[in-house]
Amino acid sequence: MSSVVISDLSLNFGTVEILKSLNLTVDEGEFVVLLGPSGCGKSTLLNCIAGLLDVTKGQIFINDKNVTWEEPKDRGIGMVFQSYALYPQMNVEKNLSFGLRVAGVPKNEIRKRVDRAAEILQIEPLLKRKPVALSGGQRQRVAIGRALVRDVDVYLFDEPLSNLDAKLRTDLRVELKRLHQRLGNTMIYVTHDQIEALTLADRIAVMKDGLIQQFDTPHGIYHKPVNRFVADFIGSPGMNFLSGALKNNDGQWSFIAEGVEIHLNGYEFSRTAQAGQSIELGLRPEHIQLDNAGRRQTINMQVEVEHVEPMGADIMLWTKIAEHNLTVRTDSESKVIVGDRVTISFNPKRASLFDEGGCRL
Amino acid sequence: MSDQQVSVQNIGPNGPKPSRVISLGNVLLYGSLGITALIWLLPLYVMIVTSLKGLPEVRLGNVLSLPIEVTFEPWVKAWDSACTGLNCEGLKMGFWNSVQILVPSTVISIAISSMNGYLLSFWKFKGSEILFTILLFGAFIPYQVMLYPLVIILRELGLFSSLSGIVLIHTMFGMPILTLLFRNYFSSVPEELFKAARVDGAGYWRIYFEIMLPMSLPIFVVAIILQVTGIWNDFLLGVIYAGTINFPMTVQLNNIVNSTQGVKEYNVNMAATLLTAALPLAVYFISGKLFVRGIAAGAVKG
Amino acid sequence: MILVALVGFVGCSAWSIFYSFTASKALPKERFVGFKQYDRLFNSSRWQVSVENIAVYGVCSLIFSISIGFLLAVALDKKIRFENTFRTIFLYPFALSFIVTGLVWQWLLNADFGVAQVVRDIGFSNFEMNILSNRDYAIYAIVIAGLWQGTGFVMALMLAGLRSVDQDIWNASRIDGIPSWQTYLFIVIPMMKPVFITTLVIIASGIVKVFDLVVALTAGGPGGASELPAKYVYDYMFMRGNLGQALAASTVMLSTVLIILIPWAYLEFSRKRENSK
Repeated sequence: MSSVVISDLSLNFGTVEILKSLNLTVDEGEFVVLLGPSGCGKSTLLNCIAGLLDVTKGQIFINDKNVTWEEPKDRGIGMVFQSYALYPQMNVEKNLSFGLRVAGVPKNEIRKRVDRAAEILQIEPLLKRKPVALSGGQRQRVAIGRALVRDVDVYLFDEPLSNLDAKLRTDLRVELKRLHQRLGNTMIYVTHDQIEALTLADRIAVMKDGLIQQFDTPHGIYHKPVNRFVADFIGSPGMNFLSGALKNNDGQWSFIAEGVEIHLNGYEFSRTAQAGQSIELGLRPEHIQLDNAGRRQTINMQVEVEHVEPMGADIMLWTKIAEHNLTVRTDSESKVIVGDRVTISFNPKRASLFDEGGCRL
Repeated sequence: MSDQQVSVQNIGPNGPKPSRVISLGNVLLYGSLGITALIWLLPLYVMIVTSLKGLPEVRLGNVLSLPIEVTFEPWVKAWDSACTGLNCEGLKMGFWNSVQILVPSTVISIAISSMNGYLLSFWKFKGSEILFTILLFGAFIPYQVMLYPLVIILRELGLFSSLSGIVLIHTMFGMPILTLLFRNYFSSVPEELFKAARVDGAGYWRIYFEIMLPMSLPIFVVAIILQVTGIWNDFLLGVIYAGTINFPMTVQLNNIVNSTQGVKEYNVNMAATLLTAALPLAVYFISGKLFVRGIAAGAVKG
Repeated sequence: MILVALVGFVGCSAWSIFYSFTASKALPKERFVGFKQYDRLFNSSRWQVSVENIAVYGVCSLIFSISIGFLLAVALDKKIRFENTFRTIFLYPFALSFIVTGLVWQWLLNADFGVAQVVRDIGFSNFEMNILSNRDYAIYAIVIAGLWQGTGFVMALMLAGLRSVDQDIWNASRIDGIPSWQTYLFIVIPMMKPVFITTLVIIASGIVKVFDLVVALTAGGPGGASELPAKYVYDYMFMRGNLGQALAASTVMLSTVLIILIPWAYLEFSRKRENSK
């Protein structure tokens, strides 16, 4: 059973196409993250699902009910905003109960729901306080609480952690995950932060320019990015890209560029490739070993270290291959210095090949 | 670029919500706005329409009827030969008086206030908050409390009933609001700009003239709008301090309309009103959004 | 420079207050008479009428300009077409002199040719409206003219306040299922409290000063029925040569303004200190 289905959804503001014929299926109880850079349309999509924006074309289904024309309150959703949007003149308790009172929910039911939400989110001692007297993290919890008391199936989050400082963000991220495990509701979450996406999501929809680039598990997005954009967006520090061409020697594929040849034995092609095709080879810094023994890896090369960046937990080495920068991640105990010639190796299985259009081969 | 395979259900609502342009809500909304707008425009309409009629027509019809015969004679009369109690030279003297009062007052008050505001914006001495509160009070204070002492002072200075006198008065009364306006504006300019200039070796006044001034054109426009509207429309100060030969247009207007004996020439009166209202209305229509900013700024002080 | 002006302001006010306690007539005299001027003032029927009138004017102005202004602002806030046009229309009277306003409305309310005649021409041939010659209702003419002039300004302030409400608050209340009018009543208006207070203070201090409008519209008539304090001061100061009375009256005006301003200033002050903590 699917919880949320988007079908051929398009949204135009005047002549500008913000969302282009999107299709998405979110399963029941799934935590889906909409990830992408500013302006990709992720918040817009969320607002459409919420009913705050009218779509230009397409349909939205929540729990198999067509809600395309329904008001937000009738869609069975709760929403948490980036700015929390708590009603400033009401205390926490009133903030949580106002919507229910307006809807005519009986008092004891309201009491039950408020208490349950307060207990889950640990905001019981804050019930009588006003938003101005709360910290950022506390406000965020109240905002989540306001969605919780609605007793709905689907929760929508619009960059809820963006206004918090880094430490708080990390703490609350874990709490959100725990919340999802405890409640089991479907959650759709918008963020531009890939760490949040990777840690929270069951599946991630990477968006760019109003289109969903890839909708896959974090593992799939990270290891098998479907195009260059996704490959570049995920992973910090970013993937290395080397441009060159494909060569075929009796069935053995290799990558050639500027006098360098790299064998690609073991690479899993997703479709047929052509010899001589212009391609880009993508390698993540963390997939490149600084390895003198070179035992289990199949590719070895010699490079010169041009620049060393100590980053606390590891060290980034900047080298060059075929006139391209190549960053290599290594252990923080490494004694490599600028000017050293080192051997690097990697497993082609972990590499990514992209054709001229940026699509994965 | 893969999407998810989806079993599309083609039944049911699709696309934008159907909304009728002619909904009850819309009718009420635009209807009430429209009616209110018409009420608001009524006086202006009446002014124009009456001023274009001949006197007999005015008496025959009512205020709303359009002129059967359009005539500009009332306008000419208002400008040139209406009796202002003093003489029968029309409003033109008053117009020039108003201009002569307006220009120096505006220029001087804005020049002084902007410099004061600039100085105050980074001189955070103890009690500066109290100073601002007093300035604020100065802006709200009813003029009546200061009328007579000012008469005495001006008399001592030999400036009572003179152009310079009224200019001085307007400058003085304009200062509290304008100083606050400028001070608030200059306070909102990032300090780094100022510091960078100081590092470059510029002195306070150099910074003012070469950096701050060019940047703050909008706020100067707002100040000008405030002063032009306030001074041009003033009556009380003009009638007391300017002296009969220097009466501003508003005073002469009132004389024309309210102190004529005999036949009331309504059309001339309305023409005269329009002439007096012409300048501030022009400023209003031209400045549009800035005008709103001006009064909002003047209102939200401190 | 400001110090000079400030000294000027404070000094003049002090002077006026001081001399209000004297027996000054056409010219200031030093003869101190205690509160006698105030006695005369409060017992004078003309002053009493002034005070009554300003109470009527004040209450009506406040209630109607704030409610109408707020409603207009709400209407304009709804992303309607022609918003700029409407705003221009409602606000233009504010650009006019009070003299102009007074004279126009004097003409409109003219018993023979004004709105009354329009109504007669429509068909109600026995309609009579002589508000300007009516002792009891003349003040309401001033109220109407004042509302026409000032409501646009209130609307502009309210609109600015409405626009400062975060869009997400509206989104949240929509999701919570709270109907529009309740959102305005219970959430937006409380959020706009500072704007309401500022508007109130500005209007209130403007009310005390009403002078030009009276002079132009009714000249205080008929027979002093629409007298207002500011005019009282002017008349006694310059026309009747009774300085003591005039100064007493103006001191009362000043006190009224101060009574409004001081609590407000105190509120603003403590709020600022709260915010900067």
